[in-house]
Amino acid sequence: MFKIREKEFLSPTIARFVIEAPFIAPKRKPGNFVILRVSERGERIPITLVDSDPGAGTVTLIVQGIGKTTKELLTKNVGDAIPDVVGPLGKPTPIHTNETIVCVGGGVGTAELLPITRALHAAGNIVYSIVGARSRDLIILEQEMAAASDELFMTTDDGSYGRKGFVTDQLRDLLTSRKVDTVYAIGPLPMMKAVSGVTKDAGVKTVVSLNALMVDGTGMCGGCRVSVGGKMRFACVDGPEFNAHEVDFDELIIRNRSYSEHERESVQRFEESHACQARGAEVAP
Amino acid sequence: MSTANALKPSQRMKIPRAKSAEQDAHERACNFLEVALGFSVEQALSEATRCLECKDPVCMTGCPVNVDIRSFLQLMMVEDYAGAVRKIRESNYLPAICGRVCPQETQCEAVCTMGKKHEPVAIGKLERFVADYESLRGLFVPPAGAPQRAEKVAIVGSGPSGLTCAAELAQKGYQVTVFEALHEVGGVLRYGIPEFRLPRTVLDMEIGRVKDLGVEILTNFVVGMTATLDELMDTWGFSAIYLGTGAGSPSFMEIPGEGLIGVYSANEFLTRVNLMRAYAFPDTDTPVRIGKHVAVIGGGNTAMDAVRTSLRLGAEKAYLVYRRSRTEMPARDEEIHHAEEEGVEFLLLTNPLRILGNEKHEVRGMECQRMELGEPDSSGRRKPVPIPGSEFVLEVETVIEAVGQSPNPIVQSTTPGLKTGRKGVVEVGEKQETSRRGVFAGGDLSRGGATVILAMKDGKTAAAAIDEYLNGKRDLVVVAPETAVPQTARS
Ligand SMILES: Cc1cc2nc3c(=O)[nH]c(=O)nc-3n(C[C@H](O)[C@H](O)[C@H](O)COP(=O)(O)OP(=O)(O)OC[C@H]3O[C@@H](n4cnc5c(N)ncnc54)[C@H](O)[C@@H]3O)c2cc1C
Ligand code: FES
Repeated sequence: MFKIREKEFLSPTIARFVIEAPFIAPKRKPGNFVILRVSERGERIPITLVDSDPGAGTVTLIVQGIGKTTKELLTKNVGDAIPDVVGPLGKPTPIHTNETIVCVGGGVGTAELLPITRALHAAGNIVYSIVGARSRDLIILEQEMAAASDELFMTTDDGSYGRKGFVTDQLRDLLTSRKVDTVYAIGPLPMMKAVSGVTKDAGVKTVVSLNALMVDGTGMCGGCRVSVGGKMRFACVDGPEFNAHEVDFDELIIRNRSYSEHERESVQRFEESHACQARGAEVAP
Repeated sequence: MSTANALKPSQRMKIPRAKSAEQDAHERACNFLEVALGFSVEQALSEATRCLECKDPVCMTGCPVNVDIRSFLQLMMVEDYAGAVRKIRESNYLPAICGRVCPQETQCEAVCTMGKKHEPVAIGKLERFVADYESLRGLFVPPAGAPQRAEKVAIVGSGPSGLTCAAELAQKGYQVTVFEALHEVGGVLRYGIPEFRLPRTVLDMEIGRVKDLGVEILTNFVVGMTATLDELMDTWGFSAIYLGTGAGSPSFMEIPGEGLIGVYSANEFLTRVNLMRAYAFPDTDTPVRIGKHVAVIGGGNTAMDAVRTSLRLGAEKAYLVYRRSRTEMPARDEEIHHAEEEGVEFLLLTNPLRILGNEKHEVRGMECQRMELGEPDSSGRRKPVPIPGSEFVLEVETVIEAVGQSPNPIVQSTTPGLKTGRKGVVEVGEKQETSRRGVFAGGDLSRGGATVILAMKDGKTAAAAIDEYLNGKRDLVVVAPETAVPQTARS
């Protein structure tokens, strides 16, 4: 059992959890994730390890309530336990040095980007970051990203905060005004696909972290398979980071819709039975 | 033991082989309850009595772990069923499992003397009977263990190989910890083999017996990631390690259309259903997509399990698509037979070419080609060759591929100096030793995919070698990487 030590809402639907995981904490590296199950009947889902405190034996996860499992997780409180958390999984991010790097985060992807940005910055690279969201209330981790970057640019689709427009608009400007060696992009698939398009044209190496559907997370089921450079790769053990310019984003976007109807049914049932908790979560911040 | 059976051999030969009761084929194709119901006490006694008690019990040599079959059958003849299962457990710690899933027809029963002229003694079903008899009546007594030892041994993977090695070492007094990546214990027995062949309760019972020996099992622990082999030895204080991480990584045919919605590896499909209980969705959270028409590709046990599971999830038509002919199918006879009875349609000598989808990228068909058998290939099996112009489209909404698997990759990629061969199979010597001192390996990990009983055999061999190793003969059992003997895979 993995006990929740801290919980804090970063936005109405996004919460940060600090969880006791004494074996995982000292082993976490930027780019790693865990697979967890919220209940005995729960599914296994991957969540990025945002941070860890080896001394305290805890790890930090940031979760947006989108599907049934993440919504259920948001109803958990300090003192509750999560039955299964396994990790760290996935290949850690190779940390370059002496480069100029742009880190692009969209939505809750910013949480996945934060540990990588921090590590790249700590390694002495020049790091520019772009954080985008649909609107102001969905922006998370602005201060943390600012502290881990030489310069931070904010964008919102509706212009309610920072520059109005998409992260790609800001990225295009940066790529023309500065010499950039590598771009890291983590966010919704359409965003990563758009970023990849921009950097491919500009000829800038780009790394994305793919949020494929997973079951075991250890290379045992092939459910997380993605096409990269025309080859089948398993996101959980060969990734989750890949060369963006080789990724078949369209295939992954389609595959990630495999269970959208099941998910709707599951969420609906959950919300009917947890009406009060779900609302509680919304008023909590 | 002297002859316990008053009947003359000629009389024994006249007794017909007992048939285990089974759930009706139509009924069972809609549920996940066990298909084979097992022998009654009367049937079991009569069947055991058929044993000729050969002076030279060849059945024992047919068993990969050399269960003393004659002795256990003799104990059955005097109705000492609990004694019989204790006899089996001396060489096989998981009898309720092996009695259900071993390919007896190619092992003990294949060489049974009675089988030369008549049907062989139903050794597998009798093994299952005594194991069930003992557990139903609560007659289990843990075997007396050796005095406790100070050394700690780590077992990686809780499949049949790891569990067997753990049980053997615990009985020798060692402090044994099993590390398992998944949230439940059992390996393929848990996530692969369906409940209608191996009920959860039986598996839980057998795992309980291993725990009763004092074995500690840590789930949610991926060796290589949560801790490396070196950390287990240097920081955690384990003196020796057994790797039984299996061959779970699925292969795909690599034909066009595998990225469509509704294409699964059999491992993913079975894991969703067995481990994650997708059959109860939305009462459970893991979904699985099952079309009205399902094609399963392959001819092994995995393919049979996937195709029979599809029927139970409500598929109206379930096809088994296999490149070769029936005689080449590696699945157990009983499973092939059960699949046919349940209405699975076998498309033999048929090879998939590509998977077709609709505008939403969901599977709608699979183009196949007919094959004929040509010259024997390197495995001695006749090689299927395509018949030109024989292409046709099978209308299906789900495609499940059961076309082989290779070792789980994580331990190999995180352990420097661990020698591996083709597809990441870990190379081992005669005593299951690897190229790393103090590290032993076996089961599907070193064989590349085999059977439960061979995985158990490796676990036993390794336990004996680990005991030897920890008793000071440290050089004796460590082969240099160059002399490691690669074992060949059997699919
Ligand atoms: C669907 C199916 C049906 C089958 N039917 C039969 C049958 O009827 N009869 C028969 O004899 N054989 C059958 N087989 C084959 C048989 O199941 C295997 O040969 C056997 O299970 C191998 O045992 P094992 O202990 O080597 O590995 P596995 O059973 O594969 O167990 C390996 C375990 O190690 C764990 N693991 C992997 N990596 C790590 C890690 N890094 N850290 C911690 N844990 C890890 C895995 O999660 C798994 O639990 C079948 C196989 C399948 C897939
Ligand atoms: S999640 Fe199963 S192989 Fe990656």
